[in-house]
Amino acid sequence: MSAATDAVALDRPAPRASGAGRVRQVVALVRRNLTHIKRQPEMLTDVTIQPIMFVLLFAFVFGGSIKIPGVDYKPWLLPGIMAQTIAFSAFIVAIGLNTDIGKGMVDRLRSLPIQRSSILIARAIGALIHSSIGVAVMSVTGLFIGWRIHEGVVKGLLGYGLLLLFGFAMIWVGILVGSAMRSVEAVNGLMFTTIFPVTFLSNAFARTDVMPSWLRTIAEWNPISSLSQALRDNWGIAGIPVRADAPWPLHHPELATLIWSLAITAVVAPLALRAFNARTTD
Amino acid sequence: MSREPVIEAVGLVKRFGDFTAVDDVSFEVPRGSVFGLLGPNGAGKTTTVRMMTTLAIPTSGSARVAGHDVVKEPEAVRASMGLTAQSATVDDLLTGRENLRLIGDLYGLDRSFVRKRTDELLEQFSLTEAGDKVVKDYSGGMRRRIDLAVSLIAHPSVLFLDEPTTGLDPRSRVELWDVLRELVRDGTTLLLTTQYLDEADQLADDIVVIDHGRIIAQGTPLELKNQSGAASLVVTVSRHDQVRQAAELLRGVVGDVHVDEDARKLTAPGGDVGALSQVATRLDDASIDVDDLGMQRPSLDDVFLALTGHKAEETSNQEVSA
Repeated sequence: MSAATDAVALDRPAPRASGAGRVRQVVALVRRNLTHIKRQPEMLTDVTIQPIMFVLLFAFVFGGSIKIPGVDYKPWLLPGIMAQTIAFSAFIVAIGLNTDIGKGMVDRLRSLPIQRSSILIARAIGALIHSSIGVAVMSVTGLFIGWRIHEGVVKGLLGYGLLLLFGFAMIWVGILVGSAMRSVEAVNGLMFTTIFPVTFLSNAFARTDVMPSWLRTIAEWNPISSLSQALRDNWGIAGIPVRADAPWPLHHPELATLIWSLAITAVVAPLALRAFNARTTD
Repeated sequence: MSREPVIEAVGLVKRFGDFTAVDDVSFEVPRGSVFGLLGPNGAGKTTTVRMMTTLAIPTSGSARVAGHDVVKEPEAVRASMGLTAQSATVDDLLTGRENLRLIGDLYGLDRSFVRKRTDELLEQFSLTEAGDKVVKDYSGGMRRRIDLAVSLIAHPSVLFLDEPTTGLDPRSRVELWDVLRELVRDGTTLLLTTQYLDEADQLADDIVVIDHGRIIAQGTPLELKNQSGAASLVVTVSRHDQVRQAAELLRGVVGDVHVDEDARKLTAPGGDVGALSQVATRLDDASIDVDDLGMQRPSLDDVFLALTGHKAEETSNQEVSA
């Protein structure tokens, strides 16, 4: 009866909207992530309660015994906690992606006529929004403990820009870990035992110049230190003058943050994409 | 009649290292028909579906869906089919309506069409009231239905269902069967995997039985049941001292009878409904009391026993140790 071409055509083709396919895919998936936050606001504790707790802990519990001459510890501490918060973007992406893979959501998405990269782009944007909420909460918290931006709007915004840039780099770490680990528990375990101590091995919470020299070297080369230092410089927050013999990143913290972000992306992104593709192809 | 295959697999093979999950599987599914892939856990059903739906790449062999090669034209395949995977993969934290909209957006469908189609599907799957509740609060049957609804948002001409009723209570199962029949009436071609012979029997026009990744039997449900020894006539006699008498009587009607004296149970393979009524009359005439009398349909185990000489569970156990 009918020709072969009839047999393969759709019965009642659904009307497709024209153009902007990729953008719409990403918007739809980001909206999904934001709906998750709306339905489960406790998801935000990692970027709200937790950093506020650190502010309180360090500013008031340890703060009394951390005396840095000529430095008001509380406002000095805040950029460090922001740097830590943005580093946790990796955590957020890894948990979200791993959950989606584990529950078969990624498979469902892959069975649709969409670009596979939309899944990752949406995760990245979602995580940056998630972290940005945390940075905003930190900024407001900062106002209560004497933190201010002293260098004007442009330099103020430059600081936030550096935070987002570093967050972008950390997202690749998250995609790598989220794709490579077999369970959410494994992701949790790995992240807590790596990212967490790494953020402490820096100048985020404590001065590095009094650390033992081997530790000082590690701490001062740590990208978290570059980022914290860059934020303090740009926002005009008084700190200890950088020693002449301090490593290069502390003398050029903005540039160092930029290079670190690009380097992490350049090294980790291909690994992350490979891990994601390997995990989602069989 | 147009009987061109809409789904076609030719010598599909999938190996994971040394393990061959799918071994030389070929079949054709004509347009508008229902195809059942029957087998125990670990037989290779899901892997076959994953290859057909572009989620896994065949080690060798080829497959076409709606005229498109699954390896060379995955985008076109994805655009023309819907997939409902084994674990209901809808978003728990979204409402039913939001899930439908999400997938509609991802298909790039016209927005007003998505709205209209969402209402239509919620109605069709009796989810209109639940449409604005988060899926987390749905029952198992509702989850399956929303999952299926989501797969249908773009009017796919081909639908893949991986164990659509596993874990459902009997009532939800029958309801889902009705929905599937309706889809087929509307012209959708269905490929479903199942562990249940009765499900394949209820829905499928053609069945392929796979075990260890290989096709071990193929045909219509009727052909398959004949192959596996059709139904058995089963009598449970009330009194021990009448078991032998009943067995003699049964042999007079159906021939071969298996006697389980302890359970007072007589089984006659190959009996039909005619034999059943004859046996009922004769038992009555002989004043033999029975606890139970009826036809026992061959189960998946029976099919496997007949086809492979081992039980379905043993298969999956071997699979694990392999």
